[in-house]
Amino acid sequence: MESSFDVTRIRSHFPILEQRVHDRQLVYFDNAATTQNPLAVTDAVSDYYNRYNSNVHRGVHHLSQVATEAMENARKKVARFINATHSHEVIFTRGTTEAINLVATSFGQAFLKPGDEILLTTLEHHSNIVPWQMACERTGAVLKVVPVNLRGEIDLEELAGLLTQRTRIVAVAHVSNALGTILPVKEIVKLAHRYNIPVLVDGAQAAPHLRVDVQDLGCDFYAFSGHKLYAPMGIGVLYGREELLNQMPPYQGGGEMIGSVSFEKTTYNELPYKFEAGTPDVGGIIGLAAAINYLASVGFDEAMRYEDELLDYATRKLKAISGVTLIGTASQKTGVLSFLIDNVHPYDAGTIIDHFGIAVRTGHHCAQPLMDYMGIPGTIRASFAFYNTPAEIDLLAEAIAKVKEMLT
Amino acid sequence: MTIEETGKQIAAEFELFDDWMDKYNYLIELGKGLPLIDESQKKPENLIVGCQSRVWINAEYADGKVIFHADSDAIITKGLVSLLLRAINNHTPDEIMNADLSFLDNTGLKDHLSPTRSNGLVSMVKQAKFYAMAFKAKETGSL
Repeated sequence: MESSFDVTRIRSHFPILEQRVHDRQLVYFDNAATTQNPLAVTDAVSDYYNRYNSNVHRGVHHLSQVATEAMENARKKVARFINATHSHEVIFTRGTTEAINLVATSFGQAFLKPGDEILLTTLEHHSNIVPWQMACERTGAVLKVVPVNLRGEIDLEELAGLLTQRTRIVAVAHVSNALGTILPVKEIVKLAHRYNIPVLVDGAQAAPHLRVDVQDLGCDFYAFSGHKLYAPMGIGVLYGREELLNQMPPYQGGGEMIGSVSFEKTTYNELPYKFEAGTPDVGGIIGLAAAINYLASVGFDEAMRYEDELLDYATRKLKAISGVTLIGTASQKTGVLSFLIDNVHPYDAGTIIDHFGIAVRTGHHCAQPLMDYMGIPGTIRASFAFYNTPAEIDLLAEAIAKVKEMLT
Repeated sequence: MTIEETGKQIAAEFELFDDWMDKYNYLIELGKGLPLIDESQKKPENLIVGCQSRVWINAEYADGKVIFHADSDAIITKGLVSLLLRAINNHTPDEIMNADLSFLDNTGLKDHLSPTRSNGLVSMVKQAKFYAMAFKAKETGSL
């Protein structure tokens, strides 16, 4: 790998990486589950708690105003980050899962009728399956599923063939968490919009690796999580098109989401507050804004190029090991390398690899329907961030050699 | 030998190994041994679900003693299963229900018995104790 990207400098921003695990230097390859927080983020969060922690909105006092302003500036920052038309189209949630539950519940209540269809793909994370199944149970709608091929790609023609007059929404991942496939979301949106069918995009795995432009994609909803984007856990975002959000009922009731309350009738606040019941995670929101700033300071595009090189390097390196089978070989991929070792259970491999200080994830990656479809019990998944290095990938290759020696 | 005595013996065996790799190599050898459960018993009702590695368990009861058969598709898990069975097999339901399985703490493999590993071992121990409870209840006629 030849890159001008200064990864040594980057690593100095992440103190958690400087530790030993099982008496070896930690190699953190579980970034698709959670990325680490740079000092810029933890400092911003601790600064919030040390200097201006206060409940937001409706406060006339100074601290409340400072906190409110910081939160609303963060909303604008997120809107710019994904190129939303309006910052009130950005709703803060606990994460991608809550964002999708919000849409499945609220959109479902407004638009789904018995016999209506919801179109998903086989490679969805459980978070983009189960909320829709629950919506189906409530409304009598049914799920339709676009298959994937053995490389882990979906066929647009097949998807188009599954759009019917009863399809009310299409919900797809932007990037597969188990395989790393980048889905052609823009084309999917075009197909669905021909019939005025809205599209929700699960962007949990895409936001950290691709430049997300919701206007360019044309999608109606876009969900992502802070903790996969170098921000704290417990904060996430739902982008929704104003026109649709205005037609949807509130998701949860409580403070902030109301216009006025009496025991006879409550009116609801306007966007985005209608969908933000209760005290928000202001600290998390501040952290998310700091993470977006940090990405800009690192140089997002350069960091992404470096990540692509890392994935290429890892793919070549692991492919060259006999007995290693890559799972998910789509032509467009990012961030994730899933694989199996012949005659070795992923759990056994993960256990040995962990003893080399290398954090990988094993199992079905919350995508059981995909694993069943591929006829495998799960995979070993290494997922990368721009603080990883080619030398770390070499260590993984060595650990895999040891796994083979011990277990086959 | 009591369950605790067998447990101590197993822990002592593991103390002989200097590093983790030797411990795992020993477990893997145990795991590669004969199948611990008849293939026909690897049926859904004997499967402990929701785990990364699949574990099957069933049990029979004769002459006041319980004999467990269990297996796993992951070799390390299977090795651990065989250690557990070595300790608890051929004991009375009461002994199994009251067994202290903390001997695994001393093997350096304690992590594998943590509920967060989701490898099926914790559920297997629970299931084994349920079997013991059920056999006892059946015998005393309280079921």
